[in-house]
Amino acid sequence: MSTVAWARRRRALRQGIAEYRRDREGLVGIVVLGLFVLVACSASLLAEAENLRAITADERDYPRWASPGELGPLGTDSLGRPVWDQLVYGSQVSLLVGVAATLIAIVIGTVVGVVGGFFGGWADAALARLTEWFLVIPFLPLAIVLAAVLGPSLRNIVLVIGITSWPVTARLIRSQVLTIKERLYVERARALGASGAHILGRHVLPSVMPLVIANATLTVPVAILSETALAFLGLGDPTRVSWGSMLEDSFSAGALGREAWWWYLPPGLCVIAVVLSFTLVGRALEGVLDPRLRDVHAVGR
Amino acid sequence: MTARFVAGKVLGALGTLAFVVCFNFFLFRVVESDPVATLYRGRNLTDSQREELTRQFGLEGSRLEQFWRYVEQTAQLNFGRSYATNQPVIDEIWAAAPQTIALVGTATVLAMIVGLLMGIAAGWRRGTTQDRVLTSASIVTWSTPEFWLGMLLLTFFAVELGLFPTGGISDPSGPASGLGKLVDQAHHMALPCLTLTIAYLGEYALIMRSSIIDVSREEYLTLARAKGLRDAHVRDRHAVRNALLPSTTLIALSFGFVLSGAITVETVFSWPGLGLLTYESLRGPDLPMLQGLFFLFSAAVIAFNLAADLLYPYLDPRVRAR
Repeated sequence: MSTVAWARRRRALRQGIAEYRRDREGLVGIVVLGLFVLVACSASLLAEAENLRAITADERDYPRWASPGELGPLGTDSLGRPVWDQLVYGSQVSLLVGVAATLIAIVIGTVVGVVGGFFGGWADAALARLTEWFLVIPFLPLAIVLAAVLGPSLRNIVLVIGITSWPVTARLIRSQVLTIKERLYVERARALGASGAHILGRHVLPSVMPLVIANATLTVPVAILSETALAFLGLGDPTRVSWGSMLEDSFSAGALGREAWWWYLPPGLCVIAVVLSFTLVGRALEGVLDPRLRDVHAVGR
Repeated sequence: MTARFVAGKVLGALGTLAFVVCFNFFLFRVVESDPVATLYRGRNLTDSQREELTRQFGLEGSRLEQFWRYVEQTAQLNFGRSYATNQPVIDEIWAAAPQTIALVGTATVLAMIVGLLMGIAAGWRRGTTQDRVLTSASIVTWSTPEFWLGMLLLTFFAVELGLFPTGGISDPSGPASGLGKLVDQAHHMALPCLTLTIAYLGEYALIMRSSIIDVSREEYLTLARAKGLRDAHVRDRHAVRNALLPSTTLIALSFGFVLSGAITVETVFSWPGLGLLTYESLRGPDLPMLQGLFFLFSAAVIAFNLAADLLYPYLDPRVRAR
C-alpha cells in the first residue's frame, strides 16, 4: 500500500515542481535566495573576519569614514572597519536567525495545531486560547520585553523570535487538520481499525506537510525583519555583526548627519532583497498548493 | 447579536488581559530572581537600604502576597516608579502618549486611504501593468524595515535638502504657543509620518486587492454589468462595498497598534512618544517602565480586537444570522 502512496506522492511532487517553474516571480526568488546563501556559506572567501574588529582597523591604519573606492568596495565605518566585510558576515547572522527562529516557530505551531485539531476536547480549547493570546499580544513589544529580560545573545534572539511567531502557523495547521480528519479515506482507515497514531502519522501529517513548508517560507521573512528591528533597538548579540546591528551602529555613530550612505544603505537593501525573495518563493509555493490562491497572488498573467 | 455573544467576547478579552498581567508578573519577578541585586550590581548596600529598596519595588512577602499586591496595583494603573527618573511610570506614559497617538494615528489613517485605493485599483484591473506596478510596490514596502526607510528619508529630505528638521517635536527657538507652535510641530511630524504611511500602506493594499478579486467573481456583479451600469458605478457601489468587509477587521485592529506601532521610527526621529520611551527604557533596563508600557500596548490591542469582534455582526448580516 505504501509503495502506491509514495508513487502518488512522487508524481504530485513532480507536478508541483513543473507548476512552480511556471511562476516567474517564484523563480527569481529562488535564484536571489541561492545567491545570498552562497555568499553566507563562502563568507571566509569573500571577506576577512579579522576586518570585523576595531583593533585590526587600528593596526592596519584603515581610514575612518572612508567612502567607497577609498578603501574596499563599500568604504569603512566610524571605527575604520570595512563595510563590505561586515555586510558579507552579516548575511550569516540574518539568515541563521531567520531560519532557526522559523524552525522553532514551525515546530511549536505544528505540534499545537495538530494536537488541538486532531484530539479536540479540552486540550484543543486550552491550546486555542493560548494561540489566541499570542495572536493578540503586540508582537514587537512582546519580543522586546522578552529579549530585555533574557539578555542579548544570538541564542536568545532566536528563542524570542521563535516563541513569538508560532500562532499563525498553529491556527492554519489546526484548521487544515480539522478538514483532513473528516475526509473519507481517514474515515475508511478508522473503520478498518487503524489506531490514532497510524492515522496521524500516515494520513494527517503527510497531508499537512506541504502547507507547513509553504508557511515556513513565509515565516522566515517576518523573522528576519524582527531580527533587524530588535538589533536596531540594541537587543542583538553584541559580539556578532548582523545587518540589523550595522544599521544600529551607523545610526548611533551619526552616519545620517555625515551622509555616510555606504554604511547604512547596503544592509537595508540586503534585508529587502532577502525578505522579498522569501516572500515570492512562499507565495509561489502557496499557489502550487492552493490553486484558488494562485489566482489572487498572480500578478500580470 | 445576543447578550450571550457579547458576554462571551468581553469575558474572552478580560481573560486575555489577565494573561498579560500574569505574564508581566512572572517575567519580571520570577525570571529575574533578585531585581534589587541586579539593579545595584557591584554596589555595597547596607541591610536597611536593601530592605527599603525591596519594599519600594514591592518584593517583600511571599510570592502569592506579591502577586495579589501586583494585581491590585495594576488595576489602579500603578506600575511603580521608573528606575531611570524615579517618577511614577504611569505619569511618564500619559505624558508621552499624545505625541504617539498624533503621529501613528495620522499615519494609519493616511496609509489606510492610500492603501485601500491602491488595492481597489490593482484588484479591479487584475493582470494589467497597473496591477503589476501597484502590487509589486505594496510587497516591496511591506518588506522594507520601516526605520531604515526613515533613515533614508531623513538623510535625503532633512540632511541633504534641509527641507525638514532632523528630529524632535519642536524648534526650541520657534513660537511657544498658538498656531505657530502647531505648524512647527506638524513640520517636525511630516517625515516620521510619511515613513510610517509608506510602511503601512502595503498591507492594506494587498488585503483590499484580494478581497476585490474575491468579490469580482460574484454573480451580482455580472448582473450589475448586464443591467448596463457603468464600470465605475459597478466598482464603487457594488464591488468595493462588499470587499470592504474583510478590511474592517484589519482597520479596527490597526488602531489597536497605534500605541506600539512606531517604536523604531520614533527612535530614528527622536519623536518624544511611547516608542522613544520604550527605546530609552531598554538602556538600563528600566523594568517597571517596560512593564507598564507592555501592559498598555497589549491592553490597547485587546480593546480594539474586542471592538472589531463586536462590530462585525453589525456590518455583516450573514454573521448576525448565525
